[in-house]
Amino acid sequence: MAIFEQKKTRTAPSNTQGIIPWIRENLFSSPLNSIMTFLGIVFLYWIIPPFVQWAYIDANFSGTTREACTSGGACWVFVKMKMDMFMYGFYPQNEIWRLKTALGLFIVLLVAFKFIRNYKISFLLLNIYFLVAFILVNGGFFGLEHIPTDKWGGLMLTVVVAAVGIICSFPIGIIVAFGRASDLPIIRSICITYVEFIRGVPLITILFMSSIILPLFFPEGMTFDKLLRALIGITLFQAAYVAEIIRGGLQSISKGQYEAADAVGLSYWQKMLLVILPQALKVAIPNLVGAFISLFQDTTLVLIIGLFDLLAMVRITAADSTWLGMETEGYVFVTFIFWAFCFTMSRYSQKLERQFDTNLR
Amino acid sequence: MSENIVEIKNLNKWYGEFHVLKDINLSVKKGEIIVVCGPSGSGKSTLIRCINYLEKFQEGSIVVDGVQLSDDIKKIKAIREDVAMVFQHFNLFPHLSILDNLTLAPIWVKKKPKKEAVATAMKFLERVGIADQADKYPNQLSGGQQQRVAIARSLCKNPNVMLFDEPTSALDPEMVSEVLDVMIELAQEGRTMICVTHEMGFAKKVADRIIFMDAGQIVEENTPQEFFSNPESDRLKLFLEQILSH
Repeated sequence: MAIFEQKKTRTAPSNTQGIIPWIRENLFSSPLNSIMTFLGIVFLYWIIPPFVQWAYIDANFSGTTREACTSGGACWVFVKMKMDMFMYGFYPQNEIWRLKTALGLFIVLLVAFKFIRNYKISFLLLNIYFLVAFILVNGGFFGLEHIPTDKWGGLMLTVVVAAVGIICSFPIGIIVAFGRASDLPIIRSICITYVEFIRGVPLITILFMSSIILPLFFPEGMTFDKLLRALIGITLFQAAYVAEIIRGGLQSISKGQYEAADAVGLSYWQKMLLVILPQALKVAIPNLVGAFISLFQDTTLVLIIGLFDLLAMVRITAADSTWLGMETEGYVFVTFIFWAFCFTMSRYSQKLERQFDTNLR
Repeated sequence: MSENIVEIKNLNKWYGEFHVLKDINLSVKKGEIIVVCGPSGSGKSTLIRCINYLEKFQEGSIVVDGVQLSDDIKKIKAIREDVAMVFQHFNLFPHLSILDNLTLAPIWVKKKPKKEAVATAMKFLERVGIADQADKYPNQLSGGQQQRVAIARSLCKNPNVMLFDEPTSALDPEMVSEVLDVMIELAQEGRTMICVTHEMGFAKKVADRIIFMDAGQIVEENTPQEFFSNPESDRLKLFLEQILSH
């Protein structure tokens, strides 16, 4: 009679693990691979040391005037002296504490979210925060001086435009995606028309339309805040893209999920919100965050309708007669800030993906 | 009012031009176990999916527990609260834990308090023998376990009719019996069940009637004993020969 005996497990052979086998396998596995590795190293050597030399070793950090920049490297004094411009634009100096408070409250809120497990309370807190932040930044209540939006600028304007665009376009995008997947022909064709119209037009055109053409249709004397018009344009623009991404997610959900939700007795909205949407969003996270990152970068286009975001501040500050020719430092600094924001979003998206991954084995 | 809990009369259904169900008449008494079998494409799944209106039909009538099925959303809702379905591919909600899969409908549809829903859910998970997996996610369980969860989920609303759409066809051979055991228990409890299945052992053991379908029609309908020993039509003889010859 055959006897079934389980064999002992062994560890993997040692010559397949560790750093040296990894290098051999991944960097020098073939002649072509070896050449590419070599060229890569040469390229890095060509780029990195000069940049570090300019941006750090030869750079000037201390001082308050242009004369302090003597060593030929980057003149970070410029960025230091113009920091308020980069961050807050033309926001009045003695009101900047309001922006700092809004930022501080946001950090407090983020910390609080770590401890609050009830999503209803979190949602409520978030809404209260938006209201408080609006009052702080815009003013006009509780004796706070009203700061018109043409004084807003710099990073603060970029963040406001991007945040409003992202937050408002998200629910609109979801509704349009549902509409496009709907069985009702009228709703479906309205949604398709909307999406296809917006996607056929560049963002610049939409910004122009909202800032120049739209007021022509308003009655004489009726004005509409320029920033608000831009925000509406950006939100409508972004919503079309969000809708298409979520529609992609919806299509990845199998018919069985819809049927199971029907069979247990859920209504249409319960089915969509409790069963289908959470799964569709999970699939859509990488693309959604990608779209939001491009939106963050596209906010620089508001310059053309006369709003001065972070990027526009480089031109303005470097046009100051005492700091002429400082564009390089300005652009490097702004590039770094954009990168930091986008990289954070990208990492956050990866965290969300892991968090919602229920296919754990 | 008759004692029939499901009453199907002259049911006809087309997919576009294709006539899938032809003049189906079927009545099921309370507590009866019906097994529906037949070659693939014979319309057996479509038939039971009409009963909870996952499929629309063009002609005929279906009455479930006194409610006449129609386009009316309230009637569909009433019937879906009364009729449970177990699918071939389980169709658990992968983004929810096992426990949440079971409590979702009771909490949102029946508006039960969460505590009560959880207690009911745990009771049924225990019945199907997977109470210890309640906090896991569907994809962490084996196929047989997932199907037992699906059965527990369908039991949570205490349905008067249970529909099974090939519940063991997607399972590894070793896992079929654990699901059939649960189904046999349910059958012995006196629940009304309509099962599309090819498990002839199950059919012999618990079915009150076996229905054989081919090309959208009910060809034969008989008690298990007669069904296997005295098949009338040539089509059924051929079918039985093919599935029992191995």
